[in-house]
Amino acid sequence: MDKLSTYAEITWCLGCGNFGILNAVKKVFSELDTKKLVIVTGIGCHGKMADYLNVNSFYAIHGRVPATATGIKLGNPELTVVGFAGDGDAYGEGLEHLIFAAKRNIDITMVVHNNRVYGLTTGQFTPTSPAGFRGKSTPRGSPEEPFNPLLLAFCAGATFIARCYSAKSKNFASVLREAINHRGFSFIDVLQPCYTFFNTYDFYNERVYELEDHNPTDREEAEKRIKEWNYDSDGKIPIGIFYRESKPTFDEVVLKGLNPSRREAKFDVKCFLDRMI
Amino acid sequence: MNEISVLIGGKAGEGIRNAALLAARCLSRYGYEIFTYDDYPSLIRGGHNFSIVRASQKRIGASKRHVDIMVAFNMDTVKRHVWRLRDGMLIYDSDCKELGNYAESTQHRNIGIPFESIVKRVSGIPVMKNTAAIAALAKIVGIEWKVVEEVVRKFLKRGTEKNVEIAKISYDTAETAMSIEKLSEKPLPVASGNEAIALGAVCAGLDAYYAYPMTPSTSILHYLAANSEEFNIAVVHPENEIAVMLMALGSAYAGAKTMVASSGGGFALMVEGLSLAGQSETPITIVLCQRAGPSTGVPTYTMQSCLDFVLGAGHGDFQRFIVAPGDVDEAFYYTWLAMKIAWKLQIPSIVLSDKNLSEGMYSLHEEKCVIDDLEPKLWEGEREYRRYTITEDGVSPLAFPGGDAIVKVTSYEHDEYGITTEEADKVKAMQEKRWRKRTALIEELKRFKGYNDAGSGDTAIVTWGSTKGACREVAENLGLKYIQPIILEPFPDMKKAFEGVEKTICVELNVSGQLAKLLKCNGYEIDHTILKYDGRPFEVEELEERIAAIAR
Repeated sequence: MDKLSTYAEITWCLGCGNFGILNAVKKVFSELDTKKLVIVTGIGCHGKMADYLNVNSFYAIHGRVPATATGIKLGNPELTVVGFAGDGDAYGEGLEHLIFAAKRNIDITMVVHNNRVYGLTTGQFTPTSPAGFRGKSTPRGSPEEPFNPLLLAFCAGATFIARCYSAKSKNFASVLREAINHRGFSFIDVLQPCYTFFNTYDFYNERVYELEDHNPTDREEAEKRIKEWNYDSDGKIPIGIFYRESKPTFDEVVLKGLNPSRREAKFDVKCFLDRMI
Repeated sequence: MNEISVLIGGKAGEGIRNAALLAARCLSRYGYEIFTYDDYPSLIRGGHNFSIVRASQKRIGASKRHVDIMVAFNMDTVKRHVWRLRDGMLIYDSDCKELGNYAESTQHRNIGIPFESIVKRVSGIPVMKNTAAIAALAKIVGIEWKVVEEVVRKFLKRGTEKNVEIAKISYDTAETAMSIEKLSEKPLPVASGNEAIALGAVCAGLDAYYAYPMTPSTSILHYLAANSEEFNIAVVHPENEIAVMLMALGSAYAGAKTMVASSGGGFALMVEGLSLAGQSETPITIVLCQRAGPSTGVPTYTMQSCLDFVLGAGHGDFQRFIVAPGDVDEAFYYTWLAMKIAWKLQIPSIVLSDKNLSEGMYSLHEEKCVIDDLEPKLWEGEREYRRYTITEDGVSPLAFPGGDAIVKVTSYEHDEYGITTEEADKVKAMQEKRWRKRTALIEELKRFKGYNDAGSGDTAIVTWGSTKGACREVAENLGLKYIQPIILEPFPDMKKAFEGVEKTICVELNVSGQLAKLLKCNGYEIDHTILKYDGRPFEVEELEERIAAIAR
């Protein structure tokens, strides 16, 4: 057992896209000072990352990963915080937290395991399932069109936006490395086939291509590439880093050098009581 | 003169609360104990606002039905409150024609001062009328100019010179009609319940505060945000109360002592995170400032109807610590205790306040709350770290990420290391480990006062929270016993207080008798309940009549 693994039995289905994600994550984490690293996970198949990785972890609740990760970063800004969430988790149950994490530009990384189906609850449509998706809650087809999470993050103000494909583990590892190094809110949507409930391997293998000659600091160009695939159409699917910019981070602006977990408590209550006389 | 009550009334936006505060500060500087009640609707401009400032030689925590002086900015105030005045005095804005006509037609002692003209004379802004009013009030009751000037300079930080000018003109225009006795040269601070809660938390080592605005908890956020640099703490206003709770838990996991606050509706959103705090054993302090519910209810009015809710909130079994302070002294002390207990036992603690306490202003007496051995149990680096090590008292040593330990916390049932488990024996062991904290908590609390009792006799008034003020006073007036549990979970052993009591009257501000129910569950007989649920706290006379009718 390597240093980054635990004794927990891996219970993902054979062929699950999560394996590609876990392997790439381990590779990137092995290059980091893991003492200062914290991961946060939500609820769903992705969440088991917390059990499988021998690092500091907060196995939180459904939808709340960005909020929990924000709290950890604000509690101790010296920590490197990486959140993992599912699409039902980040785009359904707790979309507001994702939007606000992007808006604030909090210095955390969010990896969304986007299999476009609820796996752990055995197969319902999610916010990124294609229109007409026949799940157990929509046996006659999903009545909703999917939204494009990259475009949402872009409009909300994310300063690092990427899409990856779990089967292209090497590409994901290099994007994740850059995402963690990026100061500010980094967002990676990882297309991840669910072998059991929504097997999309063939679909992605035919369409996914890596972005080349793309300037991620060009906002207009980024928007164009983000809109190239809307999670419903049949066209090509670009992966890689779509957008990045440098902006002050929320933790810097709010804390101004304060580390709440290691703060000096110098406080004279008398002085404040005198002001009330 | 033992005491004086002043009602100040006008439209929202006229600075009624500020006027009342200035009056309270002036009276406090004469050595009086203070209680102010603010009554305002949930709107920004218009409507009717009034405040009652009561100053007394004895400790108080309630207002009286009748007032000695009414300061009226408009006729509406007179119409609504003239019944409170009896043989008292009316101070009014003589620039208001309607008030002038009214004053001519009544037998009240009336003093008209041209507030509006005075403000105009020095080109002040309309809201400065309240400075003119308070200066006139001060002169009329016999407060010296020096005190008025000091208070205006200290508390009116914007347009100070103009306010002093207005105060001086108004002060010189009015004539002294009574002479208030100076009781002490050492005035007490006058604080709102929410300020006391904030200070108690900061004294306990608050590192980060998260809140979304909701009346009547909002002034905690305002006070901490305004002073965050001096307190050297982080104050953050996130997107909603769900985020508030999860961010606070994230920060606590990282090692920062956190507090959150809201009213019932916001707390409802926090409940998901409350249960997570229970399972993950993450310390957190939650302040719930109650208002009239259910749902949006009556947002700016008071009620004590969330006791049932906080006792049972959160799915699954986990121990919690709940306190309900009855005045600012208790708000300060018990918030401090709630923070300390949350970290020592690694459980959620809840401070239950209500609008009457949170926004009421009281004289603050105590600021001592330093007990050394109430610190969290920390990991000292012995063997491999396990966040959920099984211990006798159920409390596992704490470590934080960033150091030598790998710290794994989780919402799932887990083994000692923090890895998910579904095995029967491990699930059982962890349920029992967490539940053992109940015994440890009860043991820990033995050295802290869990309830107040006073007086003697065979009839007892039992109450909780801010209703303390009215009940204490009535118990004294009628010679009855007074009992008030402050810690509501785990419920204190009050058998001693109930010794010799034959008749119990439970007084609270809700329609179902929530404390009475809790008392009965804990084996205390309740013979009568006196309930009020119109959003207003008890005034002393009103409660005295209702209790006297039963106690006789």
